[in-house]
Amino acid sequence: MRIECPFCGPRDASEFAYYGDAKRRPETSGSDVSRQLYEAVYLRDNPAGRHEDLWYHGGGCRSWLRVTRDTRTHEIFGATFAAGEPS
Amino acid sequence: MRYSFLNLAWQALRGHRDWQPAWRDAAPRPHYDIIIIGGGGHGLATAYYLAKEHGIKNVAVLEKGYIGSGNSGRNTTIIRSNYLLPGNEAFYEWSMKLWEGLEQELNYNAMVSQRGVLNLYHSDAQRDAFARRGNAMILAGAGAELLDAAAVRRILPMLDFDNARFPIRGGLLQRRGGTARHDAVVWGYARGASDRGVDIIQNCEVTGFLREGRRVVGVETTRGRIGARKMGLAVAGSSSRVAALADLKLPIESHVLQAFVSEAIKPFIPGVVTFGAGHFYISQSDKGGLVFGGDIDGYNSYAQRGNLPTVEDVCEGGMALMPAIGRLRILRSWGGLVDMSMDGSPIIDKTPVDGLYLNAGWCYGGFKATPASGWCFAHLLARDEPHPVTAAYRLDRFETGHIIDEKGQGAQPNLH
Repeated sequence: MRIECPFCGPRDASEFAYYGDAKRRPETSGSDVSRQLYEAVYLRDNPAGRHEDLWYHGGGCRSWLRVTRDTRTHEIFGATFAAGEPS
Repeated sequence: MRYSFLNLAWQALRGHRDWQPAWRDAAPRPHYDIIIIGGGGHGLATAYYLAKEHGIKNVAVLEKGYIGSGNSGRNTTIIRSNYLLPGNEAFYEWSMKLWEGLEQELNYNAMVSQRGVLNLYHSDAQRDAFARRGNAMILAGAGAELLDAAAVRRILPMLDFDNARFPIRGGLLQRRGGTARHDAVVWGYARGASDRGVDIIQNCEVTGFLREGRRVVGVETTRGRIGARKMGLAVAGSSSRVAALADLKLPIESHVLQAFVSEAIKPFIPGVVTFGAGHFYISQSDKGGLVFGGDIDGYNSYAQRGNLPTVEDVCEGGMALMPAIGRLRILRSWGGLVDMSMDGSPIIDKTPVDGLYLNAGWCYGGFKATPASGWCFAHLLARDEPHPVTAAYRLDRFETGHIIDEKGQGAQPNLH
């Protein structure tokens, strides 16, 4: 797999560390915080098909990236800085 | 037909013309007491023990391909019960005991070979950790021996003992561990279940669940609707996909794990050996090929194939451990889908959907668990209560905080 890093350009996936499902962390001010945190930490998306996941470019610019990838084919559609809003 | 020496001799004299298929390839009937989804080792063992131990014979096993075509046919065939935590060790030791009697139980040669599993340690800290694990194993009746470097050298003289970075100081040996013939396990359970009246239905993919309120009352499949009182999921690797058909979200990620086999050589490695400084495990098959593997690739995948950096990483582990294998050629490599749970331990439990039961989250340790997984899942399906050795494998343990994390890695599935 080759990931198109927005800062470094296309790089081999072995430069990156995988975190997992890129959904947003919940607000911690609500009334059911523990339930929301449980869902965010443990119940991650696990689809067969298009999936957004977080990768850390430890072997390059050290940015967190949000990568759109097909889990059935390993095809990568694109990557953006994770600090931005989800696409 | 019961297999025996007399039977074999008689068939040999008759030119082997009368052997019958070992199990029936059944067509679906409209309704069953229990449907097991997934015709791998776990699903077939569950059906077998439902019929044999609980007298529930109106059972179907649904398999989307052919039986044993998933992870049952893709693993490295290692059996062992060398776990540390109380929630795990009693279960895997029960599995080990079932392995020890499996061939007599099934009247089928599963080629269970207790050739020993040796985990190497490379530092004082690692020896202390292994001594602790060995003590936990002894307390659970599994047996363990802590070997020093000289004792390891007597078993495996070709290891790189004086490796500059990771010298081998010794190992934790479970002599009762070893290997089994993965396909024979599937066929043996299929034969035993089929003989007791279980319908094994192949090329039958579940595409949806039939619901009545909060209950599931059957499944939609590519071979039509089939009703049932209870349904058990045993589809590790694809658990999230099938559970999603019942609107369930599981604490599981699907990952790809690669395995490898080399060209065949003369007897070289007597048992199963694992490298303690990386992740690499190896044994030699009866045909002579070295069977080995290492880490999962580490990203969510349903592709049943991995990438080259992991191949390189696994082979580097092998070379650091036993440089003598460097000139062997790899014959084949393949990938299988594994359910990586959030604490590295499996789930055998009821689900919030009435009538639906879950057997999932086997990470890369499902093969050794096959007999006990079937035994305990059958117990849960038949009696609606967990078997004592799987009482900790609850689906809600992540929410309640009762996780079983052997490696202490936290909720990061690709590190387990």
